[in-house]
Amino acid sequence: MAAVKETIDTVQKLETYEHGFVSDIEMEFAPKGLNADIVRFISAKKNEPEWMLQWRLEAFERWQSMDEPDWAKLNYKRVDYQDLYYYAAPKQKVAPKSLDEIDPELLRVYEKLGIPLKEQMVLAGVEGAPRYAVDAVFDSVSVVTTFKDELSKSGVIFCSISEALREHPELVRKYLGSVVPQSDNYFAALNSAVFSDGSFVYIPPGVRCPMELSTYFRINASETGQFERTLIIADKGSYVSYLEGCTAPMRDENQLHAAVVELVILEDASIKYSTVQNWYPGDAEGRGGIYNFVTKRADCREPRAKVSWTQVETGSAITWKYPSCILRGDDSVGEFYSIAVTNGMQQADTGTKMIHLGKNTRSRIISKGISAGKSSNTYRGLVSAHARAAGARNFTQCDSLLIGKTCAAHTVPYVEADTAKAQFEHEATTTRLSEDQMFYAMQRGLSQEEAVALLVNGFVRDVLQELPMEFAVEAQKLVAISLEGSVG
Amino acid sequence: MLNIENLTVSVDDKTILKGLTLDVPAGEVHAIMGPNGAGKSTLGYTLAGRSNYEVTAGSATLNGEDLFAKDVHERAAAGLYLSFQYPLEIPGVPALTFIRTALNAQRKLRGEGEMSAPEFLKTTREVAKSLKIDMDMLKRPLNVGFSGGEKKRMEVLQMALLKPKFLILDETDSGLDIDALKVVSEGVNALRAPDRGMLVITHYQRLLDHITPDRIHILVDGRIVHSGGPELAHELEARGYDEYLGEAA
Repeated sequence: MAAVKETIDTVQKLETYEHGFVSDIEMEFAPKGLNADIVRFISAKKNEPEWMLQWRLEAFERWQSMDEPDWAKLNYKRVDYQDLYYYAAPKQKVAPKSLDEIDPELLRVYEKLGIPLKEQMVLAGVEGAPRYAVDAVFDSVSVVTTFKDELSKSGVIFCSISEALREHPELVRKYLGSVVPQSDNYFAALNSAVFSDGSFVYIPPGVRCPMELSTYFRINASETGQFERTLIIADKGSYVSYLEGCTAPMRDENQLHAAVVELVILEDASIKYSTVQNWYPGDAEGRGGIYNFVTKRADCREPRAKVSWTQVETGSAITWKYPSCILRGDDSVGEFYSIAVTNGMQQADTGTKMIHLGKNTRSRIISKGISAGKSSNTYRGLVSAHARAAGARNFTQCDSLLIGKTCAAHTVPYVEADTAKAQFEHEATTTRLSEDQMFYAMQRGLSQEEAVALLVNGFVRDVLQELPMEFAVEAQKLVAISLEGSVG
Repeated sequence: MLNIENLTVSVDDKTILKGLTLDVPAGEVHAIMGPNGAGKSTLGYTLAGRSNYEVTAGSATLNGEDLFAKDVHERAAAGLYLSFQYPLEIPGVPALTFIRTALNAQRKLRGEGEMSAPEFLKTTREVAKSLKIDMDMLKRPLNVGFSGGEKKRMEVLQMALLKPKFLILDETDSGLDIDALKVVSEGVNALRAPDRGMLVITHYQRLLDHITPDRIHILVDGRIVHSGGPELAHELEARGYDEYLGEAA
């Protein structure tokens, strides 16, 4: 109830895109354009081992022979890949050892974003209050990771991927690309060649990660692609809950974001991965905004592994994103809970893949798409069962809500079963935000905006419940803000 | 209290109300009766401010405040409550959340402070008990999968919690069995107060056996053609609307 109230207050308080500020921070850039030398430059900047450079170069070679995918229901001006910067980093003479050494302007940025970067402040909070370890990625570079020492006591490794390459090369080498290979798809290949940072997490066997881990991504520099790479390994019997948040300043050119997230889940382990994506969506005429081309995949590699993806997608001009689950281990479980909101001229083509390879594997998909303005919102999902996946089960529910008369919602489910012993269920609904419901809520005292917020929150409730509680409140606010001015 | 003067209303360019005049003083319950298509529900929707109900002439004031100058939610905050003939289902929004959000939205518009969660729960528990509503039902999404009787009881629960100054009951008896009708009527009667007015819109006399009006007005073809005391209901029940239909034509 408090959350609904807060949503309403927020709607009234805020105007459009809250995170649209640009920060004035001294940056270091690689020259514009993409070639093998740029790949070498990035690798050298990070002092990477030779094998890593070779891996990147292979990816670059594969990328050059690939074509940008065009099967999604997305219509956008293609990116000129030679007209982008592939490396932008806040200028720092030496790597920061503690928060005190970080550019205060950068800290102010994160403060504006509401990230609890200052460990001491968080620690000074009420006893028993939830604490989050944060990895902050600014443009292409991880600037700070909090709570590292405390986490390392339980054996948890949480650091930037650059640092992991230096400190734990054997882990990175073993798992990097093992879920999303270099040549998986056009954007993944590009990311493999030029990724400059991201987060790395390793949870040792039997460990329940003592706190929520989160990464905040912020694109700031102009004409810069952001390519972060996240790798999370949950070893046998371990558990971790991880959250990523994304924002970017308002700019009138389109900015490219092509991330790769790989999750490796071993026997009896479980990962809960939540995303609150609020990249700049562009203006009302469709100028500017982020191109969000992201590959996310989880590999439930061993028996009884479990992954749960929850995403709240409200930002980006273009979203191309299908967090997927490979259910390889017998009895493994995959879940996908999604809220995708499009307004204005936004276009989203998002969904999931549930690949049932092991016996008695189970998956569940709950997708809630909300389209308003002149936007287009597509759910695209694949559920497949391999011949040996006897006893595989899936339940899919795709609900679309239309607000106004100029938006579109599409549902494109693919279902493939190579065994007769699989059981798949699919339910889908498309409804328009009903004038009757609006009138009813308003007759009881809610303004038009409040009524929209309340009805939409009801529509997405099943998914919001899957988010860690504090983020559910944030997500609820975001959904309401994204739909501002969509009625009337 | 409620003063309607020469009200003319069209829906999709068709004139439904044709110069309706009506005064309901504070503390009184008036009933509007009439045949199907006379404009009974139109009157409720127009006063509440539904779009597509275009006021082409006339006025309506509640305690001197011009209703038509206000938005739908402002009319609600000013104390106007319309009980729906077919209450809407609100998926995903628990009844408690819905009512508390509405209550606090109204209080905010009136410049009052929010009602605290414990106070709200305490009040709700008492009212729910009197209406034979289980608190568990209030944790479910409002009206979703509720029976006709349950939905009407939820409407009465909302009135009792929102404490409006003026109530419009639109065909509240439709879809109710006799037991539910009793519970709902008792709930409404409990809200009769010297500073509160009510307008009961109904096709049948049945409801008026339980909620006794001070005055009955007969609405035919967009106008009030006859007014009288509570005995009028029984005359209508015996003789029907035929004699008034002629009058209107």
